[in-house]
Amino acid sequence: MFNVAAFIPRAVAQGIPLLYGSTGEILTEKSGNLNLGIPGVMYVGAISGVIGAFYYEHSIPAGTPINGFLAIFIPMLCSLLGSFLMGMLYCFLTVTLKANQNVTGLAMTTFGIGFGNFFGGSLIKISGYDVPSIALSATSACFSKPLPFAGKLGWFGSVFLSYGFLAYLGIIIAVIAGYVLKKTRVGLHLRAVGESSATADAAGINVTRYKYVATTLGCMIAGLGGLYYVMDYACGVWSNDAFGDRGWLAIALVIFTIWRPNISIFASILFGGLYILYLYIPSGMDHMEYKELYKAIPYVFTLIVLVITSMRNKREDQPPMGLGLSYFREDR
Amino acid sequence: MNKKREPLFHIVKRDGVSWQKAWGIRLLAIVVALLVCAVVTTVLTGDNPISVYATMLKGAFGSVRKFWVTTQEVAILLMISLALTPAFRMKFWNVGGEGQVLIGALAAAACMITLEGKLPNALIICIMVVSSIAAGAVWGFIPAILKAKWNTNETLSTLMMNYIATQIVAFFTIVWEVPKGSGKIGIINQNSNTGWLPAIAGNRYLLSIIIAAIVVVVLYVYLNYSKHGYEINVVGESERTARYVGIKVEKIIVRTMILSGAICGLVGLLLVGGINHTVTTTIAGGQGFTGVMVSWLAKFNPVTMIFTSLLIVVLRRGAGEISTAFGLNHAFSDILTGIILFFIIGCEFFISYKIQINKKGKEEKENV
Repeated sequence: MFNVAAFIPRAVAQGIPLLYGSTGEILTEKSGNLNLGIPGVMYVGAISGVIGAFYYEHSIPAGTPINGFLAIFIPMLCSLLGSFLMGMLYCFLTVTLKANQNVTGLAMTTFGIGFGNFFGGSLIKISGYDVPSIALSATSACFSKPLPFAGKLGWFGSVFLSYGFLAYLGIIIAVIAGYVLKKTRVGLHLRAVGESSATADAAGINVTRYKYVATTLGCMIAGLGGLYYVMDYACGVWSNDAFGDRGWLAIALVIFTIWRPNISIFASILFGGLYILYLYIPSGMDHMEYKELYKAIPYVFTLIVLVITSMRNKREDQPPMGLGLSYFREDR
Repeated sequence: MNKKREPLFHIVKRDGVSWQKAWGIRLLAIVVALLVCAVVTTVLTGDNPISVYATMLKGAFGSVRKFWVTTQEVAILLMISLALTPAFRMKFWNVGGEGQVLIGALAAAACMITLEGKLPNALIICIMVVSSIAAGAVWGFIPAILKAKWNTNETLSTLMMNYIATQIVAFFTIVWEVPKGSGKIGIINQNSNTGWLPAIAGNRYLLSIIIAAIVVVVLYVYLNYSKHGYEINVVGESERTARYVGIKVEKIIVRTMILSGAICGLVGLLLVGGINHTVTTTIAGGQGFTGVMVSWLAKFNPVTMIFTSLLIVVLRRGAGEISTAFGLNHAFSDILTGIILFFIIGCEFFISYKIQINKKGKEEKENV
């Protein structure tokens, strides 16, 4: 029997990293930067948090209980710092040096995934601590602590209250991002920069600053998605390549939601559900192969949405006009 | 007093830059990048930088076998980059090389598995060649027709096609897995060697290398000296101009992407029939993405691409050797590749723009 109350929490847990990634990428794309480096940024965000948590856990003497505030604060700060630097790097190359965004993004993904896997695989050797694997159960417990009463309220508790704080933070960030983009002057300026940098510049908007801030902020938000994945979903256990292709899926979500962070909240949970749907489809033991096809559903879905939005050709559903283009004031 | 100070410098677009100067700047960037890589490696391993590079070169060319493997890897990466190039020249951002290679590989493997013993070997190989090229072409055709008909964003559609291809391969991996439940196909036709591409002059690495060399020459001529190549360039420079002179842009997009996909399919054939004799979801190993960068680094020039792909492969294998020697994770090579790429990407700025110190600002300062 299909157990909805058990399925939804798992779909949400799968969806939250996608939500962070897509919210970050929406902000970035609204400024006209197509950042294909998001998968790499999410890896860097995750591993930076892990490195912070790893050193923190090993710096306190055994037996003493860990400080809940520090256990959350240190990994989060490290994670934000890591993805901030990645964002600055992307901006420096594409905005200041006007480099090709596709190539820069792909290079960032190569670098970021390599960075994550390298430090994930070699952290123990480099740090010299004698532990068999990176398992940060103590700090992870602080991250995945559910809201109070989650256990007592039956299905309601498990569907709405059973997540770590980062899940709620992700939803709040998405709502705020949606509001800022749609309803505020800053959002209007940002969209203007993404649609036509030259026009925005002529209107007195500081194009460079908007691009820098939106892209770095987007990277930091995406990095938190990586942090959520490893500290909450994976219970603080780092394994190489475990994060997989979620970064690309987050980029796909941006199109799927037609650049709206608030739609992304539901869409990412839907994608999270599609991502694990294969576990729930009864296929019997002798037809394991169909599960692999079900795993393709999110991508097929995105492709179809992509085609439909381009077919309908409605103006408000289109990518920002200046997406992927760098801006040089003296160009005509 | 409160007059806004004029910035010390401003940026101007260069009119044109001699190729010697352009390559001088790029070479300088690579040298600086290699120095940074050496520093990073030294910090992480404690080895001195010179022996780091000695180890790297040893990893790439240390023995006869290593030399051939390196050359073969260059050939494969080169071919994927070449495959993407025609599309890039018309500003069609095909990041779907990965999927096109995978689907070509799958087609080859399917022929090997299903036709074993039913047809003569030579015929099976012919069918493999046709079917993998066709499969790759179809995978290139789909995003192209979407772009041509409805202007669907090609970066994103090709990206999705990659993952659909991956899952289709995963599906067939389980259908054909040997033994059941292992989750992998293993070496196909190990006893009969049906569908294994022949070794040339007793050297099993040579086939891919020769084919890569042929593809380089053919594509160089195709892109620079044929009508098709000219049309691709016009579409890339300006779609409006192309329409104005009567070029059917949609037709060019579809035709070029079929070519792109077909070459990728050919790479898939070589990977399965010539090198690995099996198919996995990771058989392309991310080279569809690396190829984008290799092609771009070479400014979409097929001949220059030989050097850029050599650089990336030597770096990859060298870094692999270092990580083995020091017990570090193999992802180390990705970090080094990333650093080099960042530098080369950054240096392009100094080729197309120059920084001018504002003389006027200086004078004003002196007067004050």
